[in-house]
Amino acid sequence: MITFKIGGVHPHDNKIAKTAAIDPLAPPAKVAISMAQHLGAPATPVVAKGDKVLVGQVIGEPAGFISGFVHSSVSGTVAAVEPRADIAGNMVPHVVIDVEGDEWDPAIDRSETIVRDITASREDILARIKAAGIVGMGGATFPTHVKLNPPEGKKAEFLIINGAECEPYVTADDRLMREKPDGIVIGAAIMAKVLGGCKCYICIEENKPEAIKAVQGACSPFPDIKVLTLKKKYPQGGEKQLIDAVTGRQVPSGALPIDTGCVVQNVATAFAVYEAIQKNKPLFERAMTVTGQCLDNPRNFMVRLGTPLSYVLEAAGGAPESAAKFISGGPMMGKAIANIDATTQKGSSCLLLLTEEQTRRKSEGNCIRCGKCTDACPMGLEPWLLNKLSRAGGRMDELEENKIFDCIECGCCLYTCPANIPLLDVIRVNKAEVMKIIRGRAKK
Amino acid sequence: MSKTIVSPAPHIHSEFSTVRLMRDVLIALAPAVLVSLYFYGWNALLLLVCCVATCMACQWFIEKFLLKTTVTVMDLSCVVTGVLLALNLPPAAPWWIAVVGSIVAIGIAKMTFGGLGQNIFNPALVGRVFLLISFPVAMTTWTAPHSWFSSVDAFSGATPLALINEGLKSGSTVQEILAANPGLTPGQMLFARAGGSAGEASAIALLLGFVYLLCRKVIKPHIPVTIWLTVAVMTGIFSLCNPAEYTGPLFNLFTGGLMLGSIFMATDYVTSPMTDKGMIIFGVGIGVLTVLIRYFGSYPEGVSFAILIMNLAVPLLNKYCKPIRYGYGRRK
Repeated sequence: MITFKIGGVHPHDNKIAKTAAIDPLAPPAKVAISMAQHLGAPATPVVAKGDKVLVGQVIGEPAGFISGFVHSSVSGTVAAVEPRADIAGNMVPHVVIDVEGDEWDPAIDRSETIVRDITASREDILARIKAAGIVGMGGATFPTHVKLNPPEGKKAEFLIINGAECEPYVTADDRLMREKPDGIVIGAAIMAKVLGGCKCYICIEENKPEAIKAVQGACSPFPDIKVLTLKKKYPQGGEKQLIDAVTGRQVPSGALPIDTGCVVQNVATAFAVYEAIQKNKPLFERAMTVTGQCLDNPRNFMVRLGTPLSYVLEAAGGAPESAAKFISGGPMMGKAIANIDATTQKGSSCLLLLTEEQTRRKSEGNCIRCGKCTDACPMGLEPWLLNKLSRAGGRMDELEENKIFDCIECGCCLYTCPANIPLLDVIRVNKAEVMKIIRGRAKK
Repeated sequence: MSKTIVSPAPHIHSEFSTVRLMRDVLIALAPAVLVSLYFYGWNALLLLVCCVATCMACQWFIEKFLLKTTVTVMDLSCVVTGVLLALNLPPAAPWWIAVVGSIVAIGIAKMTFGGLGQNIFNPALVGRVFLLISFPVAMTTWTAPHSWFSSVDAFSGATPLALINEGLKSGSTVQEILAANPGLTPGQMLFARAGGSAGEASAIALLLGFVYLLCRKVIKPHIPVTIWLTVAVMTGIFSLCNPAEYTGPLFNLFTGGLMLGSIFMATDYVTSPMTDKGMIIFGVGIGVLTVLIRYFGSYPEGVSFAILIMNLAVPLLNKYCKPIRYGYGRRK
């Protein structure tokens, strides 16, 4: 069994929703679809109030190279195109649609038949991935077609399909691998074809034995695709950590995975690619976990994008009294939500409810210089030192010397600190400052 | 949604806390404490109580009345200092020695530097060395281990290292000294028969604590293991070259404060390096200094001095021994 070499922590995985199958969640009465569901420029809305839309119809077009298409997830009438607060709290344009029935674009193949033959050409596949609005569904939401089209002179040797799902609680990828292994494997094969024949590994952590078995079974018609079992360790699913675990290579500081010959894609992205190419279905719904010990029935849903989180939560039994924190994503890197009426996006893998007891931060003590943060940091940084230099005020040159810009914000340091020092909070703020200085210097 | 918390990630925290780590150190010290109580009886208990009580009281007083800040006595770090100091005292020492040592340890070595996490030197060792220099007679009057809380007067006995030191000065060879003192076989010392500080009675009890600390992930093995290896290799070479004058590896590993010092004092978080590389250099330094002091110094015992000297090097080791960074190695 393999894993990454530097750092890492072992939080309890709490995969309490793993026995719940993915239930399709009926569309709500009204959806609000964000135009900023991907990294890069928000899409430009191409519908106006009063327009009738079908499920799968384009409602937003890319506004730049790093941008993406957005499709309607429901059928109905556009009620408004207006700025609204998204999950992160940013005001971005949303297309609000009053749902009427559930009428799909007739071009979408809704049958359950598995289509294994990959007939489309490389260029055709790339164009259709772009047109389907597919972005990295592990959370980073980087446009997939850009990642699959390496710049001139760079060649992918490894396609790594990320099924690590190292975040505690989240089970959406686990369930997807158990229920749709064929789609994922075919999606991986399609991406391998685009990249021009490379080794393809589907990487799954050891705590998902059923998923490993299912995907291994689905791999049998594809001799070039292998399943790798990973040790359970956070942040295994981090792109850089996964590349290290699988290939033993490390992405140089400031470089991209493709510079080490690797392309990493999430399993949900692989499934979306399968549906787009073989089923002609754009990305407008995704698997999502609703979980937390305070819920009686943690669930996994297939959720239409733009569904209010409050609606998803209602479907899982509603928020209990004891829930104090609502998190979009996992407990290590997810975002705490201020507005539960914000709507789901392409990167929303989980809605996690934690009680005050589970999430309360204890008061900060003195650093006892135990070095646990240094041992935990998967980038080999010294969080205690970055914290000290940051708080000493203005020591940006020393922060840069100590590689603060390499921080991937995984949270291992803060998670592990016995003195409850808010290491990552401090580092995050000062990392942004240092990056600003570096960018400013590059411009000169 | 009446009252929700919004804060940056991560939203959960590990089970580690300062109190838990300190509690684990105390649990790891328990076997050594019990052995010292078993062999040295009521006086060892008195010293232990005096040390712990004075350390706690001293920290409480300074934080409450001098610094007027939050009282952090309950984080147990001062209790650990107290227990370690007690284990470093001769078991027959008078009670006021424990009180003075504790005041120096907490009041001077720890709190003047800014309290927990800020001190340069290991507080318990500063306390011990202060006492050793100030009250050399009381601090080098040893008692041989005796029976369970017996009322029989303890007879005095020199520590193995002192025996060797004295013997060599009077012109005997190591072999003659060992032959004259049948209690000095490594086996005897492993299971507690040698005289010495209260906590040095049994190497086995200390090693039990070491295993516990490793299992609970409180410490990493780097520092103790490099100290042992360095001492073993260095004394091995010396004793092979001149067995009449230099004691061998087994003798040196299991005598004096080496086990107690390497497992519990050298691994003190605050005063030891943070990276593996730093820890290894730190351990080698302690090992070399210990052997040099034992062989060539005027004190028979050198672990305390070796650790204190290496404590000084820690800020430098932290500055220059960086962890292995991700993404800066050679590209394959």
